[in-house]
Amino acid sequence: MSTDTHPPLSAGEIVGAYRRRTARRVMLVLLAALALCTTILIDIVTGPADLSFLRTLHVIVDPSVATIKEEVIIWDLRLPVALMAVVVGAMLGVAGAEMQTILNNPLADPFTLGLSSAASFGAALAIVLGFSVIPSVGGLLVTVNAFALSLLASLALFAFTRLRGVTPEAMILVGIAMLFTFNALLAFLQYGASELQLAQLIFWQLGSLARATWPKVGICVVVLLIVLPYFLSRSWALTALRMGEDKAAALGVNVALLRLMVLAGVSLLSAVAVSFVGAIAFVGLVGPHIARIIVGEDQRGFLPLSALAGALILSGTSIASKAITPGIVYPIGMITSLIGIPFFVSLILSQRKRHWQ
Amino acid sequence: MTLSARELRFAYDQRTILNETAFEALQPGQLTALIGPNASGKSTLFRVIAGLLKPSAGQVHLGDLDLATLSTRARLKRVCFMPQFFAANASLTVFDVVMMARKNLAGWKVSAADMDAVGEALHSAGIGHLSEAYISELSGGQAQMVSVAQALIRQADVYLFDEPTSALDLRHQLDVLGQIASTIRARGAIGIVALHDLNLAARFADHLILLRQGQVLAQGSPQEVLHRPEIGATYGVGIHITIGPKEDLVVHAYTS
Repeated sequence: MSTDTHPPLSAGEIVGAYRRRTARRVMLVLLAALALCTTILIDIVTGPADLSFLRTLHVIVDPSVATIKEEVIIWDLRLPVALMAVVVGAMLGVAGAEMQTILNNPLADPFTLGLSSAASFGAALAIVLGFSVIPSVGGLLVTVNAFALSLLASLALFAFTRLRGVTPEAMILVGIAMLFTFNALLAFLQYGASELQLAQLIFWQLGSLARATWPKVGICVVVLLIVLPYFLSRSWALTALRMGEDKAAALGVNVALLRLMVLAGVSLLSAVAVSFVGAIAFVGLVGPHIARIIVGEDQRGFLPLSALAGALILSGTSIASKAITPGIVYPIGMITSLIGIPFFVSLILSQRKRHWQ
Repeated sequence: MTLSARELRFAYDQRTILNETAFEALQPGQLTALIGPNASGKSTLFRVIAGLLKPSAGQVHLGDLDLATLSTRARLKRVCFMPQFFAANASLTVFDVVMMARKNLAGWKVSAADMDAVGEALHSAGIGHLSEAYISELSGGQAQMVSVAQALIRQADVYLFDEPTSALDLRHQLDVLGQIASTIRARGAIGIVALHDLNLAARFADHLILLRQGQVLAQGSPQEVLHRPEIGATYGVGIHITIGPKEDLVVHAYTS
């Protein structure tokens, strides 16, 4: 059997083409990993304090040689910030990738579905009213509130998926409804806030890595290490879901259960990430799109590269936030939106034929 | 091992789709065409056989085994179902999606044997030149051929194809049905194809099942079923059968 006027390809030629593509994909993933290592290094050696490249490396390799000032700058400030950028970027990249997968929508990410707005509202409750969702958390009030509200929003989305006959489109609409609801509630709190509270709130909303500490980096790493392997173990099922529910179900995927489990994982990732660094837009959206263009949507490559791309974007942004005006570190959320939007539009325009027709 | 169904009942809300649907032992190595007008319950019957829909009554037996005793996953390993449509907006290549079917959700690694099997499947389906194309770039007909290749690469006891030729041109209708029929025979599997074209059904199927409003009206050889008096009324047309130049049945349909 043959089609059209194309010369038939032998099985060997077909496999050869697949092998070449796979090799190219592996190369690109390795390149991304290499690029990430480079940005981490640059992120660590740059900053307002005047420390040389070699001296910085020396202090990292052998902390005992550091002066107190160097130890504070490198070990307590720069390293947690650089690593937080990587881990949170990876978390947002993975969360965006899987939200887009289970909801079959290229615009799904923690930001567009209202999880970030919920977190901002939670933060505002703490900053403006001093209200704590979970009692006696002390200095972590803002973070815990942001986490609790973000998780609450996820649970609402979650509960909605349990309703019979709910389509992914309806879930997106619910997400957008939540986004506007929380933004409206936030506006109420902002209206009644003092100038100081308002400044604090806006700073939180802009998203910043400056709040990074070693325990926070640790928690993020643990969450990522729990969720990512689970997602990877469901790679074929998630890939099958991209062929449509019917096709996935015919292969034996329990679509409703898969959606629920993945949404739970995504909720945890985004709630933790957003509560620690604030609302950071576009990483969860752009990271997976870059991955999709480079390796396609075979989740075995798509998922790791989405994590790498997210990490790379946030790590790069962390460097940019320090480089724009020497001596000033800008909140990272500002930069991701600023770079993200034009980049995203150009991506859509250049790729509109192939991806998400 | 044969496939049979007894007194299947299924309703969406209040609307009865399958109404005591039953068919007798379908034989291994035989291709059965499931025919009947639109909304006669063909797709629902397939979903019930595959275990994707639970009937309110009745059983499907594979040999002595009541398929309801298997988990959905185990059942779908024995019953391969090709749905009518698939979403084609994913950034997946033709090779990727056929590989996905070959792996059948198991195991992370793709072995050389997996790759060779997919290469061979695409080659024999005549879609090797599409191997590296994204499925979003395919025409409806090409997507349908990929879907058939996905089904045939799986090893199963029963194959169900829901209108596998609806988007294909004449030449490819013959090619695809020929490939399905020969694969079913070679594997000694049980194959059911839902078809609208009675001429294709007569030509490729060993056996026909005529469905109307969720009930099996007739079952038997194409010769028997197509000559049944109620076939015209089932479709709401006049039907006249002649013998073609190759001793095959030719169905002529006309409206008043």
